[in-house]
Amino acid sequence: MPLSRDEVRHVAMLARLGLEPGDEDFYAEQLSGILEHIDRLQQVDTEEIPPTAQVVEIASRLREDEPRPGLTQEEALANAPAKVDGFFRVPAIQEEA
Amino acid sequence: MEVHVQPKTRTKMFCGCAVAPLNAPPNTYVCEICLGLPGTLPVANKAAVEACLKTALALNCEIPRHTKFDRKNYMYPDLPKGYQISQYDLPMSVSGHVEVATRKVRIRRVHLEEDTGKLVHAGDKLHKAWESYVDLNRAGVPLMEIVSEPDLRSADEARDYATELRTLLRAIGASEAEMEKGQMRVEPNISIRRAASDELGVKTELKNINSFRALHRAILFEVERQTQVLESGGRVVQETRGWSEAEQRTFSQRSKEFAEDYRYFPEPDLPPLEVERTWIDELRRNLPELPSVRRARLLDHLPAAQVAVIGADRELADLYENAVARGAPALPTANWIVNEVAPTGKLSPPENLAELMKLLHDGAITRDSAREVYVESVETGRTPAEIVAEHGYAQVSDESELRVLAEAVIDANPKAAADYRNGKKQAMQALMADLRKRAPHANPKVANELLLKLLA
Repeated sequence: MPLSRDEVRHVAMLARLGLEPGDEDFYAEQLSGILEHIDRLQQVDTEEIPPTAQVVEIASRLREDEPRPGLTQEEALANAPAKVDGFFRVPAIQEEA
Repeated sequence: MEVHVQPKTRTKMFCGCAVAPLNAPPNTYVCEICLGLPGTLPVANKAAVEACLKTALALNCEIPRHTKFDRKNYMYPDLPKGYQISQYDLPMSVSGHVEVATRKVRIRRVHLEEDTGKLVHAGDKLHKAWESYVDLNRAGVPLMEIVSEPDLRSADEARDYATELRTLLRAIGASEAEMEKGQMRVEPNISIRRAASDELGVKTELKNINSFRALHRAILFEVERQTQVLESGGRVVQETRGWSEAEQRTFSQRSKEFAEDYRYFPEPDLPPLEVERTWIDELRRNLPELPSVRRARLLDHLPAAQVAVIGADRELADLYENAVARGAPALPTANWIVNEVAPTGKLSPPENLAELMKLLHDGAITRDSAREVYVESVETGRTPAEIVAEHGYAQVSDESELRVLAEAVIDANPKAAADYRNGKKQAMQALMADLRKRAPHANPKVANELLLKLLA
């Protein structure tokens, strides 16, 4: 089933992507094609295959609780588009109803 | 109830950054991994996993063999990667329970995740803010999320449950669980239902609760608010509401743009976690006595009121039991801990407390002196016997000596003495107060008897 324009807008919003007028149809077609392709996997019989979340055959790799030096404040903020007093500066979040 | 707890670790959940102390300068406990810079890979902290397993065991949870981490995707400036590493369908543990007073509270799950950064909003209120400042010191700090089933029936029970969790977490050494330091955050989900109905109503989730008292008040407020909404013919909207400590009310934190759509999927950068049975067995063996077991034992020889205080704090309970083991009398020692230790937090080594309790119990010193000796002993580390000898705190019980004193007190307080003789028994308090001021080390029992005899 092809994606609707609303679904495309919703996904774009979640990913914080701005769409130009007309983009919805373009991406709806492209993304629907990708989904159709992936859907073909559903045809494979997986009855006998255990589910997996990982293709790498390692498990339980844990780290000892030993502190390691990180970045300085200056380094951490080096690529920030805006900063003030050691903080990253971002536009305000509007949350109140 | 959802409770987030910061396990006691030196480093963050997925990187070697030290956990920042409170009030550290912003963005000074960060690295490429917790900043979410490209090309970095997370590795889970063994101590955080261990704290979560211990918590799960103490809450009688099942620990599945396979567990994994997932990405919870959302955009917010305090979340540098654009997702939080959490656990979705295969959490570290499931299906536990904990006894709170007479209620058995079922635990749905205990899982591990990472904390977000901190936002500071410029402007006086959030909705008037024009920009925000981001400090990522907390980003990536480990968190355990403890989710209970809807078994709690009142604000009292919710508070007792949260208190019990704190006691338990401290007892097993999994977390300091200091609410004021943000090491423990509680989010009650509240719904009301009609009497005689089993069907739970629409729930709201409360956030921004910073103390047990706030938890209690926020729930009472929210229950009342929902009741009024329903009784006036409205309906309760499922939403997240914030608690305002200043205004003592909850307010809606709805946001259309921030609708929940987390698109969880397995974290591809972390291998699944297979928890070895031998590790779990070892943790289970080394688990200290749980608070509920200890409380039951304390109740064998102490009244419930004392057990409520002493049994809620591992340090107090240790002090009590170790002092009694060294010969301190049980009930007076329990009372001392409740009245003198719990409110001040001044913890003495058990042998010193035992010595002091024996001095007090034998009548060698007065209670007032004992208080001074206790504080001095805690501050200097010297033994109560040394301090008593040095200051001459030894209690005066000699009758001839005290008789002189009692006579002087009666002479100096003719009105109180006359009042007492005329039947105003409470006048005795003024006389005893004056006597104690003149002679802090007088044995109050003997002195009181002498006053009674002289005024008869």
